[in-house]
Amino acid sequence: MDDGTAVRVAGLRKRYGDLTAVDGIDLEIGTGEVFALLGPNGAGKTTTVEILEGFRHRDDGTVAVLGSDPAHGNRAWRARIGIVLQLASTGPELTVAEIVRHFATFYPRPGRPEEVLELVGLTGKAQSRISKLSGGQIRRLDVALGIVGQPELLFLDEPTTGFDPEARRQFWQLIRRLREGGTTILLTTHYLDEAEALADRIAVIAAGRIVASGEPGTLGGRASAAAQVSWESPAGERLTVETMTPTELVAELGGRFGGEVPGLTVTRPTLEDIYLDLIGGVGDD
Amino acid sequence: MTDVALPVRVGTEADRLPSAWRLGLGRGAIEIKAFFREKMAVAFIFGLPSILLVLLGSIFGRQAAAHDVTVGQLFTAGMIAGGIMATSFQYLGISVATERENGMLKRLFGTPMPRTSYFFGKLVQVLVCTVAETVLLMAVGMAFYHLRLPTAPGLWWTFTWIFLLGTAACGLIGIAASSVPRSAASAAPVITLPFTVLQFMSGVYVPYNSVPPWMRYVASVFPLKWMSQGLRSVFLPDQAVALEPSGAWEHGRIALVLGAWIVGGLVLCVMTFRWQSSNR
Repeated sequence: MDDGTAVRVAGLRKRYGDLTAVDGIDLEIGTGEVFALLGPNGAGKTTTVEILEGFRHRDDGTVAVLGSDPAHGNRAWRARIGIVLQLASTGPELTVAEIVRHFATFYPRPGRPEEVLELVGLTGKAQSRISKLSGGQIRRLDVALGIVGQPELLFLDEPTTGFDPEARRQFWQLIRRLREGGTTILLTTHYLDEAEALADRIAVIAAGRIVASGEPGTLGGRASAAAQVSWESPAGERLTVETMTPTELVAELGGRFGGEVPGLTVTRPTLEDIYLDLIGGVGDD
Repeated sequence: MTDVALPVRVGTEADRLPSAWRLGLGRGAIEIKAFFREKMAVAFIFGLPSILLVLLGSIFGRQAAAHDVTVGQLFTAGMIAGGIMATSFQYLGISVATERENGMLKRLFGTPMPRTSYFFGKLVQVLVCTVAETVLLMAVGMAFYHLRLPTAPGLWWTFTWIFLLGTAACGLIGIAASSVPRSAASAAPVITLPFTVLQFMSGVYVPYNSVPPWMRYVASVFPLKWMSQGLRSVFLPDQAVALEPSGAWEHGRIALVLGAWIVGGLVLCVMTFRWQSSNR
């Protein structure tokens, strides 16, 4: 909003009976940022996003989305957010162009339906019935319906689940293009590579709590974690040392070997190692 | 995909939200368009009552029910009432359940479209379909079963209020009933079965005076019996009142029962309507 924050969440809690789905979440998403909520199924991602979208009520905590409490979001507020939901193929007997044009009428300043279809790559399918689209095309139509109102903030809940690799790449391109246009995006995913490829910042959620957050490069102390330096001894034996100062060790090895160190590798934990470590530590499904 | 970027524009106070009326009309237009493209639904909703009317009329139609009234005329009046309930109760019950299940309701709820526009759109769609159904059944009745359209303005007034109150009552009950089916696949049987039973009990498929008394008691609780009775008073000659078990057309009571169902249906809708299916 005015202070450059699109979403501000503090102490968010939600219970379903005995199950605590969201257990005290704090989040802050800056305007223009692509933020990924990453976590395994059942971690509380969808519940959190649905509270931010105004679909669910929270039990505790404060939430401000574009400066308003989603629990009392009015039409003017709804006009500023976009929600991408999964449309079943059993939708109404309408064409792609008809439903996009219809949704455009709901908004005070919609994008031109033809341009929106161009953006999501459905221009060639504009006159096709929804029931005749492939799975990937339906998901692009979902995005078209989510962005036709030209939202300032877009919610994408598990947008590429079930996509083949080619469709995912295309979808990622679409998200990047929206980001270039200045749209703030909150994305949930259980695909690590998706969060890494798209997000400016990632929050890892497990069992209803944020267990780590930060930029993909530094998440969970990735940049500062101990590095493993490995090389072969003159006897042909592989030696591995964990160190906080790998450069110093490599320089020392270089001196010791008087040139190239045989079989030298320096590795830091991959994002996947960190992620599995983070969600594994919670010890829940 | 091309390299079009969609620049974001920040909302200002000057942005005017479209009016709920205009969006409601837009909803109605797109609902009607989508409805008439669903050939199966159209065949079911419009074809079935007409075919049943022709079948029942051909089998029993020439029998005189007494007092210068043929069974065919009785069936036509009853079938118009059944047709009104088909396009309002049955269609809404099934289509709203389907829209809840396939996520369309949730999707609409996530946009700035006012909720009243959704219901107004349904109202427009149901009114158009119900008028079409009624005209179709009247035409079948006139072509085959000597149905005479009333000439007195008073009878048309009676027809109009029974039509409107009946459509409203059945439509509201249909929206409330849409919450009963647990899935889109079960919506058609869950809605259609009680509707079919009620049509037998209410004198749509069988002349009402030959329906057993206990069934008449059950039918008297629901709107359909009162709608068909009211339409008989419009389309049958005056002396046909002698065929009514109560011996009277009971217009006051018809209005009362339909009015009560409108209020009750509205309360049920407000209490039970969900934008999202509970099992997701």
